[in-house]
Amino acid sequence: MNRLPLEEKVLSENDRIAASLRERFRHHDVFCVNLISSPGSGKTTLLERTLEALPRDARVAVLTGDIQTENDAARLKRFGFPVKQITTGGTCHLDARMIERHLADWKLEDLDILFIENVGNLVCPSSYDLGEAAKVVVLSVTEGEDKPLKYPSIFFKSALLVLSKIDLLPYVPFDAKAAEENARRIHPGMEILWVSCQTRIGLAGWLTWLQRKRNAYLELKAATVA
Amino acid sequence: MHEMGIANSILEAVQKEAMRYPGNRATKVGIRVGELAAIDQDALRFCFEVLARDTALDGLQLEIELCPRRHRCHDCDCTFIVREYDFRCPKCQKVTPQCVSGDELELAFVEVEEEDEPTAVGRKSSQ
Ligand SMILES: Nc1nc2c(ncn2[C@@H]2O[C@H](COP(=O)(O)OP(=O)(O)O)[C@@H](O)[C@H]2O)c(=O)[nH]1
Ligand SMILES: [Mg+2]
Ligand SMILES: [Zn+2]
Repeated sequence: MNRLPLEEKVLSENDRIAASLRERFRHHDVFCVNLISSPGSGKTTLLERTLEALPRDARVAVLTGDIQTENDAARLKRFGFPVKQITTGGTCHLDARMIERHLADWKLEDLDILFIENVGNLVCPSSYDLGEAAKVVVLSVTEGEDKPLKYPSIFFKSALLVLSKIDLLPYVPFDAKAAEENARRIHPGMEILWVSCQTRIGLAGWLTWLQRKRNAYLELKAATVA
Repeated sequence: MHEMGIANSILEAVQKEAMRYPGNRATKVGIRVGELAAIDQDALRFCFEVLARDTALDGLQLEIELCPRRHRCHDCDCTFIVREYDFRCPKCQKVTPQCVSGDELELAFVEVEEEDEPTAVGRKSSQ
């Protein structure tokens, strides 16, 4: 018997493509956000409110993933920005190759922000790097404040938690403070925004967050190039 | 359930590695899985077995090393295992948010055996 050491990531092929995407995003100053949540937490609605709020000449685009249907793309296309649906046909997450393939006919130099809406799932998308600058996890107040403890990986890896549907707080026994504490037990110092797409409370904070993070992303690049 | 894809990637890596040693067959693969890696061990083992069945890697053993979450304290220059979300440095008690490991999903080793050794069945009966 002969034991041979292997020093390699299990998903090295995905990581390799993700790294090349990240390099392309960086080269073209595209700030890429990977939105992750359970099905129905409000990712598409948040993107609808986001696109609606942006000026018509904003340089943004959306890739939206689902197992089946073009429904989300149809919802998002109404705002006039480039939108493409990725149907995975059963796969419970997006991977870097799908992103690469669906970006093939878009010019990255025309974009400032690329939103990726992942397939609804709090577990699997966490393992697949898509080359994004930031993962954002969305948790709605109807899902239970213990979710960060049950699905630690995605809360650990996300830069921001969007606590969504806060207009429903009066109707559900959801302890938002406990949800925040749980998220920060997994991810000390995690940024958290409270948002309702119904009343639009918190949307300005989300738009500011995007702007601030994109600026920091560009400054970091300038600093490393200089 | 992404464990099927993960199991498939592991088997592909083993196949590739085994090809570099003609006349040998892989008997075991070791991987490292962090507690923050979002991998269900049972699901992974199940997928692994199903995918390997009736292939050249049938019967390949999977060894999983679980890796705990580790933080690093810059003041004391020490690394420690985090238990129960307690992020305080064991030396200076300062809360240290810097996580240095715990989300790994890595291949660790492959064990190969020369082919002309008795087959799995033959080996069992000769023992
Ligand atoms: N009350 C309320 N409902 C919301 C809010 N955001 C989304 N929803 C509803 O939640 C459902 C799922 O939203 P969707 O954006 O499709 O979730 P996705 O699966 O994460 O993309 C839809 O019926 C939305 O209208 C919100 O802020 N408040
Ligand atoms: Mg959606
Ligand atoms: Zn210390």
